[in-house]
Parts: sequence; structure tokens; C-alpha cells
Amino acid sequence: MNGRFVRLAEQGRKTFAITVDGVVREAAEGDTLMVALLTGARTLRDSEFGDGRRAGFCLMGACQDCWVWTAAGERVRACSTPAAPGMSMVTKLAEAGEGVWPRA
Amino acid sequence: MAPRVVVIGSGPAGVRAAQALVEAGLRPIVIDEGRRDGGQIYRRQPEGFSRSYDTLYGTEAERAASLHASFDALKSMIDYLPETLVWNISPNAVHLVSGTRYRTLAFDSLIVCSGATDRLMPVKGWHQAGAYSLGGAQVALKSQGCAIGSRIVMMGSGPLLYLVAAQYVKAGAQVAAVLDTSTFMQRVAALPRLLAIPAALKKGIALTRVLTQARVPVHRGVQPVEIKGSPHDGVSGVEVALPGGERLEIACDAVALGYHLRPETQLADLAGCRFLFDADTQQWLPQIDDDGRGSVKGVYLAGDGARVRGADAAERSGRLAALAVLHDHGMHVEGMERLRRELARFTRFAAGLRAAFPWPAKFAASLPDETIVCRCEAITAGELRRVVRATGAQEANRAKAFSRVGMGRCQGRYCGHAGAEIIAAAASVPLASVGRLRGQAPVKPLPVALTEASTEALTKAASTEASAEISE
Repeated sequence: MNGRFVRLAEQGRKTFAITVDGVVREAAEGDTLMVALLTGARTLRDSEFGDGRRAGFCLMGACQDCWVWTAAGERVRACSTPAAPGMSMVTKLAEAGEGVWPRA
Repeated sequence: MAPRVVVIGSGPAGVRAAQALVEAGLRPIVIDEGRRDGGQIYRRQPEGFSRSYDTLYGTEAERAASLHASFDALKSMIDYLPETLVWNISPNAVHLVSGTRYRTLAFDSLIVCSGATDRLMPVKGWHQAGAYSLGGAQVALKSQGCAIGSRIVMMGSGPLLYLVAAQYVKAGAQVAAVLDTSTFMQRVAALPRLLAIPAALKKGIALTRVLTQARVPVHRGVQPVEIKGSPHDGVSGVEVALPGGERLEIACDAVALGYHLRPETQLADLAGCRFLFDADTQQWLPQIDDDGRGSVKGVYLAGDGARVRGADAAERSGRLAALAVLHDHGMHVEGMERLRRELARFTRFAAGLRAAFPWPAKFAASLPDETIVCRCEAITAGELRRVVRATGAQEANRAKAFSRVGMGRCQGRYCGHAGAEIIAAAASVPLASVGRLRGQAPVKPLPVALTEASTEALTKAASTEASAEISE
């Protein structure tokens, strides 16, 4: 699958495996989760409000549009969380055990 | 006894503030949300990355290196708390969370150097995957060595538009176009004020030369129409109206957006500082005196988090605020007058930048109803307008309560300014009378898992909103 982010520098780093929605992917030392996920996919997560897939926005911890879930159900902010060997991430609401959020 | 001074932030303002305090023999506590010092502008790449200062910071390499070296030298003389969020402030105490650990710190004086984020105007389709803030696009490159896409459009206005575009070009990314909503004539009119800092003006002109040499199309005076794309795959193109009215569509898989910056003022708000409507920037800003004293005794504001004047000014306002702290504690200080004089030049330059790259307030009224304004909860301009008309809510917090625009997890950081413009236009009232969204604790969502000791500290400190958020 084509990724969204394109690596332009720092390409000689050691890599390790993480799991995303059950699929094994490669991440590099120093990657944020967001970069590890978006170098291998076009999108990062489901919007909780039913408007489709999202891929983050501010990359500095202000917008909160990059929340993904660990396989254990913990919510993490992908732009400020370092990727680590063996991580298993979930990017789909249904698999995270959540539905589309009610608005009222 | 020496006063206990807490500095929030370790960007240009926070580092220079801490340095001045250490020089006076104090041991300040420096709290930063980031993993490393430098703030956003001089953000340090992760350990083990190898790009040079020249590659990372370009013309600002020396300043970045100097700031980082200063902070490294300070580390043993301060108490440094990285990866720590100040989530609330009560009289003379800051409430912190790091991971799932909560604590409260008392202070005699507080210097808030909270920095700035991109100021955004919505455009139809900006909620789709592949639309980023300009600042975010810069972080991807600087901190992670990545471009946000394989063919990128930069759209909006302000110095960051050209800076990020030039940085992307230099790093080897494909920049499909730079689409600027400001006009050449606005820049000419701003020239006298931009000459307040000739070196900065020269650097700005050099950036446009990088784009010309790389043959990046630059269009000025555009009006954004739509970011095209699909819900499952994200951005596929950008459509704008050119000054003559004709439409231009550019294929791309990513777009970076921004209209200059807005200060992060939530902490000043929680500290109880008074805010005033600033007609020049068309936003509410915490009241400060020339040295950075807020309206609350013991609370000082510095850097772009108080007034957006750029990193060089932030270094000076950080130091000046620290000198003000020392002065107010009866200590002898020198150099305040010189810093005030230098800052006045940056203030003039910043006004020039705002005139050259104005906030496009008028776009808000013409956003199509189906445009998502609140990205957090996918709430449209049409819904916000309907609420204003149906309920008569003409004040930002009332309209927020009815529409939820500004209630999402970004807490209005990215929709607040445009939301206020939409309310003002729909209700036919001046922007100032719409007011401002009140800061709420916690300033960012908190982790749900808490240790027992933490819960105790939290219960003492928490406001009702905070408890509700945590127990969700």
C-alpha cells in the first residue's frame, strides 16, 4: 500500500516491526507513531463523527486529530508518541470497540 | 528566601527567561510539554538523527544552535520537567500531568511562554486526510525528515507559507504550488513597517527566490474554493479562484494551510488574566504591560504565546519578563530599557507582517454551508449559522453551547477565530461583540488511567469540568 508521508532524510536508521490493524509494518528508530503509520498508509484513523478517515492535522499535540488505539484499547496521540518495537495499533473505530459518537 | 519561579515552555522565550533567572542566582522550574527543548520553531530532532543545523534551520541555524547550547548549559541549574503538561492553573499553583502522574506545584511568580499555533480559516474539504496546518507540515520535515505527501500545495498567507514551501523545496519535496490569499500591493503598503527589521525582510525575499528558482508556481490574491478528495483516501486536489475570477485546480495528495499564527492563551486565561480585544489582529489577547506583566500579580506572559512577534522577539520578551520578575521581587536588574526598545522594533515589524499577509476575515461569511468548521466533531458552517439564527446566540460561548463548535477536543484552537467571524456575519454584529471562547481546564484531554496518589492530588485541584472530562 502506498504511504502518505514521504521520507526525505534520515533514511539509514534501524527498523523494527509494529502491527497496524493486524498487519505487520516496519517503523524506524525515532519515528513517531504517526510517521510509522502514515509512511505505510494513506490515512491514520476513523473520525469519531462519521465523516471518513483522518490523517492528523497539527503534528504538535494541539488538535487531537491523530488519536489511535493500542490493541489493549488505550487511546494515544500518534503525533507525540514514539513508535516502539512490538507495538500493536488499531486505527478503526469498530475494532477499538467504539461506534460513531453521538453529538447531542 | 529566594522566590520560586515557574517557567512554562522551553522555546526561545522560556529558555531566555530561565537563563536570566539563573544568572540572578535563582533555580527556576522549567516545564515543557515537548520531549526536548527548543519549542516548535527550534524543535530538536530526535536523538540519533544526523541532519546539520544548517539543513534543519537554514538562515536561523546559528540562533537555534545558540538557544540549544544555552539550554544544555542551564540544565544542571534548573529543575526541568519535559513531557509535562500544565493542565490547569489556580492562584499561585500550577497543576501538572506527566504520563498518568499528576502533581501540583506552588509558585511565587509564573512566566507563561506557551507559544503559538497556526491561525486557520476553514475551506470546504479541509477535514480530509492529507490536509495539515503549515506548522504541522514543518514539524513533519524538521522533526521527522518526512514530507506530508508526494505532491503538495501550500495555501494561506503569512511568512510561514513561504518558509515551509522553501524548506520543502530544499529538502527535495515536490511543491505543486504556493497559493497566497494576500496581494502584492498589500506587501508594498506594508513595506515601511517591514523595514523595522531589514534582516528579516531580506530573509523573506530570499525565500521567494528559492521558490522561483525551483519553478514553483506562486499565485497571489487567490480565494480558496475547495480541497477535493474522498472520505476514504483523502486529498486529491485544490481549487481556488484567481484574482480575475477564473478558477484554478491543482492536483495534489496533500495541502498545508495557515494564515499566520495565533497565541496559545488558554493558560493565561486559566491564570485569571484579563483579555482585551485587539482591533489590529482581530483577536482577544491577554493584557500585558511593556515588560510582559499580566493583569494578575505574579503572572508574566512572554513570547508568541503573548504576542506573535517571532522567535527573535520571543528571546527578548522572555528575558525581559524574567527581569521584570526579579525587579518585582526587589532585586537589582539591568538591561530592561534596551530590551523594551528592541521589542518595540519587532512590534512594528509584526504589524507590517500582518498588513502584508492579512487574516482573510471576509472569507468566513462566504464559506458554503456544507463546509466543516469544527474539524473535531465535523460541524458545518451551515449548522453554526442555523444556531445563531434560531437561538439568537450572538456570543461565542452561547453559540458554542448550542452548536458545539469550539467544544471539541482542540477546544476551539482551530475553529475559534473563524467560528467567531461566522457568528458575527450571521448575526450582523461586530466581531468584538461576539467575545471569545473561555479557556477550560484541562487545556488538553488527559489520560484516563490515574494512579491513586494522582487521584488525590487531582481531587484537590480539579475544577468540575476537569473531573467530568476525566471520568468520561
